[in-house]
Amino acid sequence: MVSPILELTNINKSFGHVHANKNINLTINKGTIHGIIGENGAGKSTLMSIVFGLYQANSGTIKINEKEIKLRSPRDSIINGIGMVHQHFMLVENFTVLENIILGFEGETVFGEKLEKAKKDLEKLCETYNFNIDLNATISDLSVGFRQRVEILKSLYRGAEILILDEPTGVLTPQEVDELFKILRSLKEEGKTIVLITHKLIEIMDLTSEVSVMRQGEMVGHTKTKNTNKEQLAEMMVGRSVLLRVDKKEIKKGEIIFKVNNLSVKDDLDVTRVKDVNLEICSGEILGIAGVTGNGQTELLEALSGIRKVESGNIELFGEKISDQDNFLNPRMLKEKGLAHVPEDRQRMGLISDFKACENLIFGYHDQEPFSKSSILNNKEIKEHSKKVMQEYDVRPSSPTLTTSNFSGGNQQKIILSRELNENPKVLLVGQPTRGVDIGAIEFIHQRLIDMRDRGAAILLASVELDEILSLSDRIVVMFDGKIVGEKENKNVTDRELGLLMAGVSE
Amino acid sequence: MEFLSDIASLINSTLRISTPLVFAAMAGIFAERSGVIDFSLEGKMLMAAFVAAVGSYYLGNPWLGLLLAIIACVCLSMLHGFASVTHKGDQVVSCVAINILIIGLTTALAAAWFGQAGLTPTLNEDQRFLEIHLPFADALRDIPIIGTIYSDILSGHYVFVYLAYLSVPIVFWIVFKTSFGLRLRAVGENPSAVDTAGINVFSMRYKALAVNGVLIAFAGAHLSTAVNANFFREMSAGRGYLALAAMIFGKWHPKTALIACLLFGFTDALQIRLQGVELPAIGEIPVQLIQAIPYILTVVLLAGFVGKAIAPNAIGQPYIKER
Repeated sequence: MVSPILELTNINKSFGHVHANKNINLTINKGTIHGIIGENGAGKSTLMSIVFGLYQANSGTIKINEKEIKLRSPRDSIINGIGMVHQHFMLVENFTVLENIILGFEGETVFGEKLEKAKKDLEKLCETYNFNIDLNATISDLSVGFRQRVEILKSLYRGAEILILDEPTGVLTPQEVDELFKILRSLKEEGKTIVLITHKLIEIMDLTSEVSVMRQGEMVGHTKTKNTNKEQLAEMMVGRSVLLRVDKKEIKKGEIIFKVNNLSVKDDLDVTRVKDVNLEICSGEILGIAGVTGNGQTELLEALSGIRKVESGNIELFGEKISDQDNFLNPRMLKEKGLAHVPEDRQRMGLISDFKACENLIFGYHDQEPFSKSSILNNKEIKEHSKKVMQEYDVRPSSPTLTTSNFSGGNQQKIILSRELNENPKVLLVGQPTRGVDIGAIEFIHQRLIDMRDRGAAILLASVELDEILSLSDRIVVMFDGKIVGEKENKNVTDRELGLLMAGVSE
Repeated sequence: MEFLSDIASLINSTLRISTPLVFAAMAGIFAERSGVIDFSLEGKMLMAAFVAAVGSYYLGNPWLGLLLAIIACVCLSMLHGFASVTHKGDQVVSCVAINILIIGLTTALAAAWFGQAGLTPTLNEDQRFLEIHLPFADALRDIPIIGTIYSDILSGHYVFVYLAYLSVPIVFWIVFKTSFGLRLRAVGENPSAVDTAGINVFSMRYKALAVNGVLIAFAGAHLSTAVNANFFREMSAGRGYLALAAMIFGKWHPKTALIACLLFGFTDALQIRLQGVELPAIGEIPVQLIQAIPYILTVVLLAGFVGKAIAPNAIGQPYIKER
């Protein structure tokens, strides 16, 4: 007997001019794992934030257990048995696990009896679900996987019957994902209802029994997971058919053109983040760097692109030493030598988001002809060039004078990519090329990278998305704690093998 | 014996001089732990001094003057909250505006009401707080050490001095042992976590600012109705900033902030003591240099001498819920 635990009817929500949720209807049945899939910006998180009481809908009704309720604040939702694990954890980092969990539900003005009771209750909960969390540990000392468990424990302690998880696997290793899914399945066994928000098709197929698809603020379909497949879901998400596998020609490997010897790099806090790294990249090949965020990939890319000082070791381009601890070429000089860089953090390093698209499109080349002459910009030429490039790279809308922050993540990324690829670099350094980018644009960006490779460029791709590494790279190295802990030809390698390396388990 | 009584009087003045700093630092802890920068301690202290003096002069009772000062400071805190919490304005700008406003306002009002720019009439004994002599202070004075400590150091202070040092353990207890304190610290570290725990971020910050207003009023009243018997122009003399420095030096923690306040108070007491004193080999130190000691100390301490002060994570950032 299935009974609906959560029913949404005609939910509408606007932020200024953006209509984030349009007439959303959704029914979630008790004791199921229900997936909500959609691209970035499709309105999934907004919808769930409304259910969690964080945002208030402009119109529409919410029923829990067939009773209509008003959710004015998260408190209302929590009292009605809704818990949410946000994409960015809602934890106070310098608090203990216990303090984070009782926050807002202390039950007493002065800590005493209730605190002891809470401790006991939590220990019991930890045991039931095999959480293995030390309640007195400080959050900042915990790994991401554990922080997520704290979030789940927090919701359970507050009496959640419906647990919403917003993109829970983005920051986890494959092993941590397995652990999480195990926990979610056991919660389902206990009779809890799980809502999983994701843009990863594989998670929907693995875990859910029902799935709802959102596109551009609208609910475009509901189905039982067993009645659908990845291709069909992708098509519903994007609104047209999508190529999920990248077509890649056989590798035509050339000579080594980019070489990193015993490189060590420190971060801003003077901590060594890259430790004795050796890499070689040949023309016509894509070298993928896999690893969980924060294992030195950022610092490595920054050092290679001339933004960060080299601590020891050196970098060679076409057999010429370009950087060591004493002197290094700055990004501009590297650019002249044929090295292009698509930075990880496009908002911070790739673009000036208050600038017009056409300004960002020529930035770094702005002092070269035909964009400028004797230090005076040729705006007509810049706009014409931008228009051409934007059409070529399918940047939407293709209006060069629009402020860059008004473009979606995917289109912003296309702007950077077109700027960097337009000069036909010999070496391309790419960090997280598809972070926050929708499926349609991912397909396009991947295809461009493959084209570059086929034209003989050497490409270094750092990504935390294992799927991306696996589908693009010819060779894969795994970074853990600043070191290269494994290197594999991308032929028979599985994500499980890579996952173990990413978690620091050596072969 | 002379040496001992010198020390006793030095400690005595340290306790007195540190009093407004302690109140202000505790006030600062409440605001800043909740994520709201408070540079306006200076302006609020000045306002409290003015209102307490005027209130006490007209109503004839210093406690009523203090009450009015509390009301005035809470209002100023709410103004700061309205600008920087509700309307998400820049917190530093809001504070600077309050400070400038109060300097002008107190001077102008004093001129309008009493005909003297920036000066209020002298309060008589009924209108101001008097020194409290602890029981048997005179009788016990001659007992060595204990007598000195009791009679010359602990006795003979204004009520605010006792209240200031009493406030430190109370603030500590509130901040670290109550659910209000837990929420207060959380809202300054990660307001989103507080919001998703079903607590109103804005109301938490307003509550913190209200407590801040009450505490800073005591500092101002101490200046104009206890150690002095009237208000004069800019009488807070940078104590609000000094207290803020002490709070940062104390890493937003009541106990260490107290130590920092005492250190500043001690250097100030010492500089008063050292004025005109001839030192062997050096001779008389210029008075300007001696007076500068507490400020030089502030700069040296804040310039990294005490290691990195880690501020509440969300300090200075207005909480924006919807994108």
